[in-house]
Amino acid sequence: MTPLLSLRHISKSFPGVKALQDVSLDVHAGEVHALLGENGAGKSTLMKILCGIYRQDEGDIVIDGQTRDFHGYQDALDAGVGIIFQEFSLIPDLDALDNIFLGREKRNRFGLRDRSTMIREAQRLFERLKVSIPLDCPIAELSIADQQFIEIAKALSLDARLLVLDEPTATLTPSEADHLFAIMQALRDQGVGMVFISHHMEEIFTICDHVTVMRDGKKVDDCHVASTTPDDLIEKMVGRRVENIFPERRCDADYDDVVLDIQSLRLDPDGPEHSLKLHRGEILGFAGLVGSGRTELVRGLIGATRPAHARISIEGKPVRLRHPAAALEQGIGLLPENRKTQGLVLPFSCRDNISLNNLAQFQGSLPLLRRGQEARTATDLMTAVRVKAPSPETPVGELSGGNQQKVVIARWLGHQCKVLIFDEPTRGIDVGAKAEIYALMKELTAQGVAIIMISSELPEVLGLCDRAAVFYHGRIAAELEGSALDSQSIMHHATGGLRS
Amino acid sequence: MSQLASTPGANRQPLKTRLARWRRTPIFYPLIGFIVIFFAMAVINDNFLTSSNLVNLARQASIIAIIAVGMSLAILTGGIDLSVGPVMALSGTVMAGLMVAGVPPALAIVLGLLVGAAFGAFNGLFVAFAGMPPIIVTLATMGIARGLGLIYTGGYPISGLPPEFAFFGRGTLAGIEMPILIMIGVYAIGYVLLSHTATGRYLYAIGGNEEATRLSGIRVSRYKLLVYTLSGTTAAIAGLILTSRLMSGQPNAGVGFELDAIAAVVLGGAAITGGRGMILGTLVGALLLGVLNNGLNLLGVSPYLQNVIKGLIILLAIYISRKRTP
Repeated sequence: MTPLLSLRHISKSFPGVKALQDVSLDVHAGEVHALLGENGAGKSTLMKILCGIYRQDEGDIVIDGQTRDFHGYQDALDAGVGIIFQEFSLIPDLDALDNIFLGREKRNRFGLRDRSTMIREAQRLFERLKVSIPLDCPIAELSIADQQFIEIAKALSLDARLLVLDEPTATLTPSEADHLFAIMQALRDQGVGMVFISHHMEEIFTICDHVTVMRDGKKVDDCHVASTTPDDLIEKMVGRRVENIFPERRCDADYDDVVLDIQSLRLDPDGPEHSLKLHRGEILGFAGLVGSGRTELVRGLIGATRPAHARISIEGKPVRLRHPAAALEQGIGLLPENRKTQGLVLPFSCRDNISLNNLAQFQGSLPLLRRGQEARTATDLMTAVRVKAPSPETPVGELSGGNQQKVVIARWLGHQCKVLIFDEPTRGIDVGAKAEIYALMKELTAQGVAIIMISSELPEVLGLCDRAAVFYHGRIAAELEGSALDSQSIMHHATGGLRS
Repeated sequence: MSQLASTPGANRQPLKTRLARWRRTPIFYPLIGFIVIFFAMAVINDNFLTSSNLVNLARQASIIAIIAVGMSLAILTGGIDLSVGPVMALSGTVMAGLMVAGVPPALAIVLGLLVGAAFGAFNGLFVAFAGMPPIIVTLATMGIARGLGLIYTGGYPISGLPPEFAFFGRGTLAGIEMPILIMIGVYAIGYVLLSHTATGRYLYAIGGNEEATRLSGIRVSRYKLLVYTLSGTTAAIAGLILTSRLMSGQPNAGVGFELDAIAAVVLGGAAITGGRGMILGTLVGALLLGVLNNGLNLLGVSPYLQNVIKGLIILLAIYISRKRTP
């Protein structure tokens, strides 16, 4: 049978890097094809070539046995390729209907928008996907999952027969992800071919038929999912066997030494009152579903948003944290959830990103920077967190997600921080880099740093945290430790005490 | 090897690498453009390359060039300052008015500069602490500054300034004309600020990603306040030169100067969205505008046509630099 899509011997170079070398990939109609690889392995480049955003140096894109020549995204759309990027292309202020038909509005005989025809067509699409989403609600008010389903509906309305899903589950809750898989199954039965990019092994084994593993711009292997194992895939992906991605269990916490004492923190005047203690050397997990109020709490804590009321002490001394700068002075740092929009200054080099909040220490009596000293310190910090980059001057935007996260970590190592808050530190990061980031966190706790880790991944909370606070609807529903800290009780509290 | 890249050893890299790196700096294409147009003017017109004409050119360009330093800071942080022209006029008329009223010139100058700084700070308060878009804030204060200048002068130029005040616009120091000398001084300070201080780095960071900068513990609002205060100050310095050169305080001076200053910044390779640019690029941009003005005047091109040509060259220059820079 002719494959729906056949990428043949694709190579692509960027100045100084061979991004892809002789990569081939076949996707058949009605197949979910997993594309697996660490960040920087070349998955995104390959998908951008498939979508006409980049042009390959060598090789062919063959669709239905016909060689295609893509000069832009539109050519790919015309050939029936749809892509769901991690960053959605929806317009937040428009409703679902207008987004689906953007640029292709149905018109009535007066040349005006024909909403009723569009509504009928949209409902047919939603039936195909087995979802029900209000069509007249601004996109911004919908959940991330619904937005993603609308992206899929939009691609289908363009007669896409091949869908590329780039880490679609990264921002979904487990139940939303299940819904997505149901949609994917329905589409598979309808003969749509899909390329599915994910870092989650269990997802690949749940939904995918075939898997292609990439490493360093080359295809390492492709095989049926049924004939492989997660360990096998991870080994191919990272080129070595990762026995256990979590560091050895070791409790560095000193429960007699409270570093951060949130006696009372209320974000809204009539919102719930939070209280929490954090001990030296401890990793406290903030578990819960996406949107359960964990990020909001830490932002209020460090003064990124102004809380309605706060009584906080650090090492027994009452402090007022009205601005992230005040938090930094008290030794509290936040590593935000979205590296690109909140963590990094993307046009800056690694060095400039690392020294961003460390510059004061490179000033002499005159307020001039000692750049040699700055460069040395930044290089040392980069080495300490094992950033893989050609040079400290490399623009941080060119690094993989894992290395970008390490750059953000390095920034805070330049301070003698007492408390570091990691918000989803391993989102979108490959397995090898995850293990390194976990190891770094344990190195920090060994030095007495207390860590709050917000994480939506249960294995991460279980594998790393000494204690966990479980959030539900903006409240801390439970604090779990010791033997009470298991996946069932976390899920129990995170879903409001309902048995799932 | 990788660690050598940031050390002085970088100079020993192969020429090709160094050239490639150089091409990526924001100043590369502006400089090429400047050289091309400069030599084109020199070839077309015999009088262009005389020393007296070049001094003339630099002096004429100095006012926009100085305003453009403040504008660079605003644009670098992702903002803009439309009020520079009226602030220049206001500061100049205040200086003139005070001197005519008998205040010693030195004190009058300081007070005039303070008026510019204070007005800039007024802009900055709204931008930094009220979180209002700079284009709206400075559009509003543009009108306020112009109105204040007209109220202060009653709409008439203020003349009868003490002769020693002419020094700043017409005098020379060590053989160099004062406007040019002041311009060099302002650029030197701007360069040190942006390239060698923590403050400068923060300004780039704010333009590159304001939220990340704030979350990493930088008091972004304070630096924004500083930026607009400095922009008001450079406008006031330009006002000093203009008033001294004309020997009168002109309440209607500087109409459209904000646009020339923005053009200089953008021609100098800065991104209008912030985060990218160099102060020396702005100097090149301002001088490029100066070369165009001067050269087209020498050629006897009608002022109406000059506007069209300048506009087209700006479009072309920015088109090229946007295509070529990442």
